[in-house]
Amino acid sequence: MANRALGAPQLPGPQPVANKDVVAERAGSRPLLSASSSRVADEIFRYAMLACGVCVLALVGLIIYELITKSSLSWHASGWRFFFRSEWDPVNDEFGALPFVYGTIVSSILSLVIAVPLAIGVAVFITEMSPPWLRGPLAFTTELLAAIPSVIYGLWAIFVLVPLLRLYVEPFLGRYLGWTGLFEGQPFGIGMLAAGIILAIMVVPIISSITREVMTAVPQPQREAVLALGATRWEMIRTGVLRNARAGILGGVILGLGRALGETMAVTMVIGNRPEIAKSLFAPGYTMASVIANEFSEATGNVYLSALVEVGLALFLVTIIVNIFAQLLVWSVTRGAPARGNA
Amino acid sequence: MQTTPVSLYRRAVNHLVTGLSVLAVFLVLLPLGAIFAYLVYKGIGSINWAFLTQTPKPVGEPGGGMANAIAGSCLILAIASTIGVPIGIGAGIYLSEYGRNRFGDLIRFTADVLNGVPSIVIGIVAYSLVVLSQGHFSALAGGAALAIMMIPTITRATEEMLLLVPNMVREAAYGLGVARWRTTLSITLRTATSGVITGVMLAFARVAGETAPLLFTAFGNQYWNWKVSEPTAALSLQIFTYAISPFDEWHRQAWAGALILIILIVLAVTAVRVATSRGMLKGA
Repeated sequence: MANRALGAPQLPGPQPVANKDVVAERAGSRPLLSASSSRVADEIFRYAMLACGVCVLALVGLIIYELITKSSLSWHASGWRFFFRSEWDPVNDEFGALPFVYGTIVSSILSLVIAVPLAIGVAVFITEMSPPWLRGPLAFTTELLAAIPSVIYGLWAIFVLVPLLRLYVEPFLGRYLGWTGLFEGQPFGIGMLAAGIILAIMVVPIISSITREVMTAVPQPQREAVLALGATRWEMIRTGVLRNARAGILGGVILGLGRALGETMAVTMVIGNRPEIAKSLFAPGYTMASVIANEFSEATGNVYLSALVEVGLALFLVTIIVNIFAQLLVWSVTRGAPARGNA
Repeated sequence: MQTTPVSLYRRAVNHLVTGLSVLAVFLVLLPLGAIFAYLVYKGIGSINWAFLTQTPKPVGEPGGGMANAIAGSCLILAIASTIGVPIGIGAGIYLSEYGRNRFGDLIRFTADVLNGVPSIVIGIVAYSLVVLSQGHFSALAGGAALAIMMIPTITRATEEMLLLVPNMVREAAYGLGVARWRTTLSITLRTATSGVITGVMLAFARVAGETAPLLFTAFGNQYWNWKVSEPTAALSLQIFTYAISPFDEWHRQAWAGALILIILIVLAVTAVRVATSRGMLKGA
């Protein structure tokens, strides 16, 4: 419906140069392509491509529709209380998503705490410090981290990271930082800390590639100007580059948050999958994505299934809002970057 | 005018930060190196002929392999590409050739939204759309879930690549009296082929290792399956099941499966690149 109202766009895209009247008026010889048939074909082609575009629109609509209708049962049963109760008891049809919300938020924030300094450090090194010949390979290698499937991260975490945490890192943290309450209890290896670390490894390439992008968008003369005022290299990076790029960097961080919130497999494999809320990071937890992964295919009963879909709906809405916000921040910095020139 | 030397403190901070960012680079490269090293070290010993040709053995019996899972992954990915690639490229063509308007912006925005949807949520939707209507888990449902994930990546990449083709090329074609659809398909799209294929491969590599959306769509299977409407094993699912199992033999096979998965992804991507780069040279 919308497409008909809009008609053929007259904006910058390619404009037909050949006027159909001109082609039709070629006297004598038969035109190579008859105007009327090519117009019909053009229309068919246009509508076919439009159909593909509408498909994208329809898919998102369908996702929202399915999530809302399939979760209505649980929504009617408990309403907003669903997200503030901590009992998850499928046998008695008691469903509260608080432990999953808590686990998702804590594991994501923990991953950002670890990943943000590392990612910014890597981006600063690649754009400002690295010798030119090392720049390409380093950027490629960090991007490679993003190409490893999540299940392989999980596999590696189970057999390499978790034993390392159990035997060395967690006893050490417990002894020296146990008084904070964040690092107390039995060092299982598996738990919130393991999930946070593996998420951090997965999120670093996203944050660092966006940070690199927005740092490159800062015009070169600005760096030279700050250096000319007598700044050291770090002062130049801090006042001349990072300060200008901060909105974009924040956007990259939030984009990383979006990825961490929705990440499923690697987290499911190391977080321990127990719906409990504990202060210690050594304790096992559960996230929204992992509860769906673990329980969806064996969920018996309509309310149980509907409760899991509602968890999915909440996860969907949160990641969408986070992603849109991040996208806007990144645009605010990189938009118009080529126009400003990069000497 | 008197020049003051840069104070010791400022120089020290400068060096400290340089050191810290070098440290950050090492800390990020360390897990990457460790993952690849472990994949090769643990995986290579378990890859043998039986692993590549047999189906899984029951717990406790040594041997067996992941042949059905490898085949299943190929089947699911073939279904996903068949559905996802044409729609994705079509939507990309619409956006670049006809979509310079409000409606195009809306589609562009939705594609970005779709790109950010967590894969597990896509699994739920594929479950309620395909599995519920068919009444059982199937390779088709898994393929559909992965296709949904491929579409936005391909759409945006295609649009970007088509926009790089200069308008003069299109005008030249119109000037020769070539119809618009013909121009788009055999001139514009042809010119952008290599970029579009890079986008498609990016999308393919991204979904090839996906596990979450397959958990309750393709579901997994211990036996051979070639039927689109039956539950199917997939390499990533098998790795997941084996990794969280308590059996050493299965852990060994999980590593081997992971190595095979990485190798298959790299092979598929390089094969397509090589094949098309030859074609491109001829075309250009």
